[in-house]
Amino acid sequence: MMEIIKVGMADLNVTGYPNALTTLGLGSCVGVCIYDTKTKIIGMIHIMLPYSWGVKNNTNPAKFADTGIPLLIEKMEELGAAKKNMLAKLAGGAQMFEVTRSEFMNIGKRNVEAAKKVLQEQNIPIVAEDTGGNYGRTIIFYSEDGRLEIKTIGKGTKTI
Amino acid sequence: MNLSNNEMNEMYLDVLKELGNIGTGNAVSALAMMIGRKINMKVPVVKMVKLQEVPEILGGAEIPVVGILLNVEGDIEGFIMFVMSQSSAHLLVNMLLGTTLNGYSEFTDIEKSALMEIGNILAGAYLTALSTLTGFKMIQSVPQLAEDMAGAILSFPAIQFGETGDTALYIETEIFEESNRIVADFFLIPTIESYQKMLKALGVA
Repeated sequence: MMEIIKVGMADLNVTGYPNALTTLGLGSCVGVCIYDTKTKIIGMIHIMLPYSWGVKNNTNPAKFADTGIPLLIEKMEELGAAKKNMLAKLAGGAQMFEVTRSEFMNIGKRNVEAAKKVLQEQNIPIVAEDTGGNYGRTIIFYSEDGRLEIKTIGKGTKTI
Repeated sequence: MNLSNNEMNEMYLDVLKELGNIGTGNAVSALAMMIGRKINMKVPVVKMVKLQEVPEILGGAEIPVVGILLNVEGDIEGFIMFVMSQSSAHLLVNMLLGTTLNGYSEFTDIEKSALMEIGNILAGAYLTALSTLTGFKMIQSVPQLAEDMAGAILSFPAIQFGETGDTALYIETEIFEESNRIVADFFLIPTIESYQKMLKALGVA
């Protein structure tokens, strides 16, 4: 029986075949999805902010791209995944409101950039992404083949 | 006084509860005047919630909601955000425009501006209360409106709070008019510097 496991905001989870991982209603946050093509072990993290440095209260590593993504990889390795077989997909990073007051506010874009940088440092190729825009996304990540299903309100469903 | 983040949050919460009460009073008068009918507003619930639980506030991360966002500038900088379910937003529109819109349909431009006007009134009410308590001058911007999944809309305040901690502060407001009950969640999101400034002015830090 396939199980669909939820990943909350500022949270991460890993699982193996035949399960799937999901996170609901991603806005400016970014869902980073990694899968191991050999073992079919998958991992998902719902990051809220790009970097942990300079943030006073950073007790939750899963909140940030810089601390969360390496932790996600570690958790996958504990299950038996190998970094050399890992591929990544990204979704989210929307700008929900047109706020122009400061650069900080385009947090969605900054989250995507940070996730890409961290994945590059970890030598994990990004094979697909569905990021940006001004709408929310629900994502489901399948261990079976690493496909990522993206649902929106009024903009349909797609798979990357 | 050297307080931990949690102790500070507790005291801040008490002060904001008071702010909520005064702000609600202001908002009731303004709204009643606008629609020309008697309305009631309930003393709001003020809560600190874990970030992970934020999308659950409105019944799940995928529930379609309406969010109204305003910039705050002046002595205190940050954001004010109102979030409500689509049904509450429809009731509000009906109340304001005297229509009987039912079920889900996309809001027209007039309905959207009615909702943004509500945002203006409510934000003004809370800012006046805050200004009375602290003596700070604050100016609110023109509101913006977005309709989307609760999780996506709420990621905005959640991220702002995420910079300061793992919990978010929210005030629930209930508006009653005859048999209609409208629930709106109110988020006050000062910048980190303004947060410190506010705590100091409110006698908390």
